[in-house]
Amino acid sequence: MDRRDFLRMTSAGAGALVLPTSWGQVIAAEALTTKMDVAIKKMLADVALNTASKLGASYCDVRIGRYLRQFVVTREDKVQNVVNTESAGVGIRVIANGTWGFAASSDMSPDSVAKATSQAVAIAKANSKFQSEPVQLAPVKGVGEVSWATPIQKNAMAVPLKDKVDLLLGVNAAAMKAGADFVNSVLFQVNEQKYFASSDGSYIDQDVHRIWAPMTVTAVDKKTGKFRTRDGMSSPMGMGYEYLEPKAEHKIHLPGGVINYSNSYDMLEDAVAGAKQAREKLTAKSVKPGKYDLVLDPSHLWLTIHESVGHPLELDRVLGYEANYAGTSFATLDKWQTKKFQYGSDKVNIFADKVQPGSLGAVGYDDEGVKTKRWDLIKDGILVNYQAIRDQAHIIGEKESHGCCYADNWASVQFQRMANISLAPGKDKLSVDDMIKGVENGIYIIGDGSFSIDQQRFNSQFGGQLFYEIKDGKLGRMLEDVAYQTNTVDFWGSCAAVCDESDYRLGGSFFDGKGQPGQVSAVSHGSSTARFNGVNVINTARSLG
Amino acid sequence: MSMFTEAKAKEILDKVIKLSKADECSATLDGSINGNIRYARNSVSTSGLVSNADLVVQVSFGKRVGTATINEFDDASLEKVVRRAEELAKLAPENPEFMPIIDKQDYKPTKTFIEATAAITPEYRAKVAAASIEPCKKNKLVAAGFFADTQRFSAMANSKGNFAYQTSTFLDFTCTVRTDDGRGSGWVARNLADVSKFDADAEMLIAMQKARDSAEAKALEPGKYTVIMEPAATAGLLNFMMNGFDARQSDEGRSFLSKKGGGNKLGEKVFDERVTIYADPWNEEVAVLPWDGEGLPRERTTIVNKGKVEYLEYSRYWAKLKGKKAVGSPGNFIMVGGDKSTMDLVKSTKKGILVTRTWYIRMVDPQTVLLTGLTRDGTFYVENGEIKYPIKNFRFNESPVIMLNNIEELGKPVRVGDDESPFVMMVPPMKIRDFTFTSLSDAV
Repeated sequence: MDRRDFLRMTSAGAGALVLPTSWGQVIAAEALTTKMDVAIKKMLADVALNTASKLGASYCDVRIGRYLRQFVVTREDKVQNVVNTESAGVGIRVIANGTWGFAASSDMSPDSVAKATSQAVAIAKANSKFQSEPVQLAPVKGVGEVSWATPIQKNAMAVPLKDKVDLLLGVNAAAMKAGADFVNSVLFQVNEQKYFASSDGSYIDQDVHRIWAPMTVTAVDKKTGKFRTRDGMSSPMGMGYEYLEPKAEHKIHLPGGVINYSNSYDMLEDAVAGAKQAREKLTAKSVKPGKYDLVLDPSHLWLTIHESVGHPLELDRVLGYEANYAGTSFATLDKWQTKKFQYGSDKVNIFADKVQPGSLGAVGYDDEGVKTKRWDLIKDGILVNYQAIRDQAHIIGEKESHGCCYADNWASVQFQRMANISLAPGKDKLSVDDMIKGVENGIYIIGDGSFSIDQQRFNSQFGGQLFYEIKDGKLGRMLEDVAYQTNTVDFWGSCAAVCDESDYRLGGSFFDGKGQPGQVSAVSHGSSTARFNGVNVINTARSLG
Repeated sequence: MSMFTEAKAKEILDKVIKLSKADECSATLDGSINGNIRYARNSVSTSGLVSNADLVVQVSFGKRVGTATINEFDDASLEKVVRRAEELAKLAPENPEFMPIIDKQDYKPTKTFIEATAAITPEYRAKVAAASIEPCKKNKLVAAGFFADTQRFSAMANSKGNFAYQTSTFLDFTCTVRTDDGRGSGWVARNLADVSKFDADAEMLIAMQKARDSAEAKALEPGKYTVIMEPAATAGLLNFMMNGFDARQSDEGRSFLSKKGGGNKLGEKVFDERVTIYADPWNEEVAVLPWDGEGLPRERTTIVNKGKVEYLEYSRYWAKLKGKKAVGSPGNFIMVGGDKSTMDLVKSTKKGILVTRTWYIRMVDPQTVLLTGLTRDGTFYVENGEIKYPIKNFRFNESPVIMLNNIEELGKPVRVGDDESPFVMMVPPMKIRDFTFTSLSDAV
């Protein structure tokens, strides 16, 4: 399931709610706050490790996972659905005859775990006949028994359902009162209780939390038949329920009177602003196509970073493993090998990490037991690295994995997934107001909208939520029908300035899809507001007659 | 084993209905076996076999509804899942749009199950992979593909005595072939219910040919062109448009089928008069279950008749509010065409562009269903009825509503699957004038 499927599922007009089976069973709310005993998990893991070793596997890892989700779906004054789901089981991965094998079971008895392990070994041996490139694993030193947890202040799963329903219905009522014709709001919470053990000697227990509260406000002008929407300004976060308890210091006052949010979100306030802005869009000036200098807010820029830097620098895509689905990459190894490939201007410093506090990607260890870290992808505009996991590190001459391996479920095989990929803030002091002062003919874009990019990540097109014209250093009126079309290298090459650290915020995706069969992952992208010169803007208005 | 017989499914569902103490109870039981094989770089990367069954129980007390699911079917588990659904229903707020469960229905079976597809073995899947990899290796080409097959049973029952059971099968094959220098890329896809109609060797010839022929692509200026779209190239666009055929969204003023001043465009001519689209669960090429997600019987439904909108989907709640009859929501759609193949359409084209496939399609403006996306894996310039040379890929910004008003010619419909679509489709190849390409892409 990707983000679009989720949004369609929760959108107005959707029929009966069908749960993807990978989300597992629907459970009582109280069960969302319980955990499995670590001693039992270690015992089961040892069953798998011992079985794999006896059967001749050269490597084995075991993931015992309990994946919990709760979502509350509302529109206007109605709760459309409240669902709690749980999916628990064990996934075992082995290397035998230099080949991966994987098997999984929802039955967590020692016998079943041993049986799944022998299936994994059998699959590895059978597939080794087709193997032309034996697996080479970058070494990882066992860490013994350790644990890690998302540093949340308030477990969203433990907050009474009534409080969540009251919050969303309150938000909807505020939007309607402020002039919305329709409003849809959703609260989505995830808790991954993941235990990882490997034949390297690691037993890692992790408790990972994520939260997202998307909202769409719609304004309709019946007379003209026109309708416009404004999506909420929240970001999905690796946080607890504290994200939905707004604090003044997390409120960001942007030019044009727009309010955005960092580490906590005032959903009620945003619903009121959203209703007014959706209505304002109905009469906003339609953009004149042409070249503009774009000033892009982090709530918008995250998605461009995701599509045009995050994906093309995934090493499995570069190598061709995703050729039939997500595609390959223009950022080929030969470009990287020159150490001179200019991905962007010298203002562009992009790093990958799995450690930023509050980010969706933050974990202590990845799903193959590698301690997470931060590393550079683009330095002063030059491509310097990719995202690689244990069986890929040797291809780029590295001695260790970057720690960005992930599986979306106990029953899914872990593979290379995007780390948090972020644009480093500018080193010199620069506010958004000062950035806008230097722009003669530009557009200020806030929020993410429509997005599309080709299978090698050259040509892309992005929309947004709010657009304002910039004339001679001053912010002007709201614009509509704006989308920019660009080529990745031209776009990052046109980056003229990045605001300083004080403007740095995270955006992100709750449902990034990859692989066949498809898996989702959640990933954040940080940046400060940045300026891009001379970008091609098109007008997206059409008439159906 | 997760494929239950009708008798076993009925036994489980009857127990569930009997266990419930709620005002109303409905339950669905589905099980499937999915097999797949994935390969890339001319080597098998993963293969899997997933077997699972799920029971979903929905109960209501007054207007409060609770849902719970489970994948164990012993008596204690059935009791547990019913009690969980009841607990959730008691905690849930009242839903003002609550609708009582449906009455007992009669469903006329559809032909969704093909024995040969259910009998696919791991060896067969390995052969499909080999049929892709071996010829590519010999021809300096690189294959990446995915073959997945499914057999499934679907059953449901409710406390008003309704019951249904049916089995189904389908398979989906996609393969991308690239030249080893990365300058050419071809693709083939086949979505079928019946594996006996599938020939991996023949499919691969298409993908390999397109990979070779698409190398040395020339750049054309973006602009409006006559296009010949293979069925797979328009399926994704039509899918976005079909999602807009919803009465409530239209009445609420937020669909391309909303009318100025209020109301919807039911009965109005919105497309070229050659456009006729209907749903038919019994069509053997694209058979789907004879009931929808709510258990309403599906019917043969004309959606668009000679350009006129004849059907909008009314949910049971919206139908009641508007005094309409709610019918089963379509699970397939068939766009009527002619007898010509894609190549016949090429032959009758003076100047145009042949599009194999479109990719990364996203909504730009729901008001007009303006979509953006790109061509991929074989885009060619056509002149005087012949394919002249490969061209670089384009980004398009086009609305399927506008596209279906700019028809030059329609060919013979074929079955198409789309991984982002809830529908099984029959789509003709189409020749369309003034299709809008807005920029060039260097992607191969």
